[in-house]
Amino acid sequence: MMAIIEAHDITKFYGNLRVLHDVDLSVGKGEILALIGPSGSGKSTLLRVLDLIEPANGGEISVFGIDVVQERGRWLDLRRRMGMLFQRPIVFNASVYDNVAMGLRYRGASGEDIERKVKEALEAVGLSRYIKSKATDLSGGEQQRVALSRVLVTDPEILFLDEPTANLDPTSTATIERIVTGLNREAGMTVLISTHDLSQGQRLAHRIAVMIDGTIAQTGPSREVFREPKDRRIARFVGAENIIPARVVSRSNGFTIVEAHGRQMLSATPPPAEEVEMVARGEDISLHRREPEHEEAENRFPATVTRIEPTAPFVNVTVHCGCDLVALVTARRAEALGLREGMEVWVSLQAKAVHLIRR
Amino acid sequence: MPIAPPSREEHGLHTDMKTRVISGDLLRGGREASLTRWKKHRGRYVDWCIVGFCIMGAALVGITVLALASMATAELGNPAHLLEVALSSEVIHSILLTFAAGANAVLLLALFGTPLAYVLARAHPSRFKGVVESIVDIPLILPHTVAGLLVYLLFMRRGWLGAPLSGIGLAFEDAYPGTVVAMLFVASPFYVNTMREGFEKVPVHLENVARTLGAGTFTTFRTVTLPLSLRHMYNGAIFAWGRAIGEFAGVIMIAYYPFIISTLIYYSFTTDGIQTSRSIAFTVILVSLGVFYLLRRMTRCLGRHDDRV
Repeated sequence: MMAIIEAHDITKFYGNLRVLHDVDLSVGKGEILALIGPSGSGKSTLLRVLDLIEPANGGEISVFGIDVVQERGRWLDLRRRMGMLFQRPIVFNASVYDNVAMGLRYRGASGEDIERKVKEALEAVGLSRYIKSKATDLSGGEQQRVALSRVLVTDPEILFLDEPTANLDPTSTATIERIVTGLNREAGMTVLISTHDLSQGQRLAHRIAVMIDGTIAQTGPSREVFREPKDRRIARFVGAENIIPARVVSRSNGFTIVEAHGRQMLSATPPPAEEVEMVARGEDISLHRREPEHEEAENRFPATVTRIEPTAPFVNVTVHCGCDLVALVTARRAEALGLREGMEVWVSLQAKAVHLIRR
Repeated sequence: MPIAPPSREEHGLHTDMKTRVISGDLLRGGREASLTRWKKHRGRYVDWCIVGFCIMGAALVGITVLALASMATAELGNPAHLLEVALSSEVIHSILLTFAAGANAVLLLALFGTPLAYVLARAHPSRFKGVVESIVDIPLILPHTVAGLLVYLLFMRRGWLGAPLSGIGLAFEDAYPGTVVAMLFVASPFYVNTMREGFEKVPVHLENVARTLGAGTFTTFRTVTLPLSLRHMYNGAIFAWGRAIGEFAGVIMIAYYPFIISTLIYYSFTTDGIQTSRSIAFTVILVSLGVFYLLRRMTRCLGRHDDRV
């Protein structure tokens, strides 16, 4: 896949505050890349830097194969091939038509062209009936759809979405996600979306980049980022419920045997060090009334339920088996098992769901 | 004493605005309803703090009112003389000249001060920015005579700027350009600071939206930032114009002639005596109040300040 954005070693300061450092990122043409990370980790700043709204303080960036650090004079032209949607719906106090027409007017498009394209774009976001309304009179979700059509009307080759649905109702969120994935599939539009909604990242993206403390900590397919986080901070951010200190005991048959609080477990990860941390997602841990068959999983052991915490539609069940493990069980399954505190259960956990990281 | 009229006028402008804001908040929405409510609760609670503040404020406002009243009774007692002075070509010409020179100064300010205000509003805090801001404010803190002297020394026939400009036929001493440049100097901080405040209120966010949609820096400024700051621009222009037409000491140093209105009043005060100068002053008060009232009214049709961000 050809890289449409190539960034290397980017640094960005606001005064003395370092917001970005050592950022390396490559985005392929036609790819949807989700930038996930906690608030304040620099996602929005990185998007602004890549969209050429703000210059970086250091590093190399090339967009469309053009070195933008060298070619400052071409920023406006390059920016006109990209588009950005911001977190807060921003519309100008004018008609919806005028709002959507802005980008075309800046490009000096002809009147007929503008009218045709604006109508098409509003059709696409389902707001045709508001074409003459004042944009500021619309609801937040509708305003964001106006903002989206305002970007799309300019036919961007790269679309930046800066937490586009953070403040929106589920319907508007779904509409925007549908349009964006549709454009990516049909027009091959490259999309960079920043979000702190993990499930949105998983849902939309071909690839995920985790941003923590101003730098990109890990990139990869979502399965990899979520199941095999590189370190503790990433594991925490991607919502791994169990991060347990352990020690490597031995290696056999391609499995690593680790011991945590006297409980031995098999992991499919090669040992990164002697002292490790075991990372396991709650949904990978299954609970049973009786001892499960050995095909079920490599790790099977009895445990005691110590805590049950409903977080609809799931139930967080803490079991004690030497170490404490948190399992994520559907409410229905919890009911079927008749879970209650103090109850004896069997736990099963596949070796490949036990990921090891350096402590 | 002769410097008093301009500064009093300025005060008039400020208090006029403030009282309008306050009275608008307190008295709107049924004066009668609040009166009956007040009667019902009369004597129960008096906020002596506010009463004290009102009395102190009244003393201040009272001075302006008394001064106006004393002048008005004298003038309205002899309307024939007032009319004669007010309609004399000398006075009319001088008023028009003052207003025109002020407007001219404001136009130049809008042209050069707007870009400066934008740069100051968007620049990150730095020592250099602080220095520039202080320079902009210099005319505010200087005695007007000092300002006048500064302008004179720079623009006089042998001055650093006056000499080359007189070479191309632009004379400042005792000429209209001299009046304009003196007014420009003393009025500039009023315009630049108000305009800058306006630009600061336009969120960078909005500019970013325009830029991501493909607008260059100037297009963004022209289509987003400036339209959203129109109200501040207008207010700044009014402040600056009010300051400019009230100037006396700053102007006479370089351009005693042609007589602007403050010079004319001072001149007739020292030659014809109190009666004529008082009539001119009263005329100026009436005209200025009228003009400022109109300008204020026009503000209401301006600005897109309700932009959602």
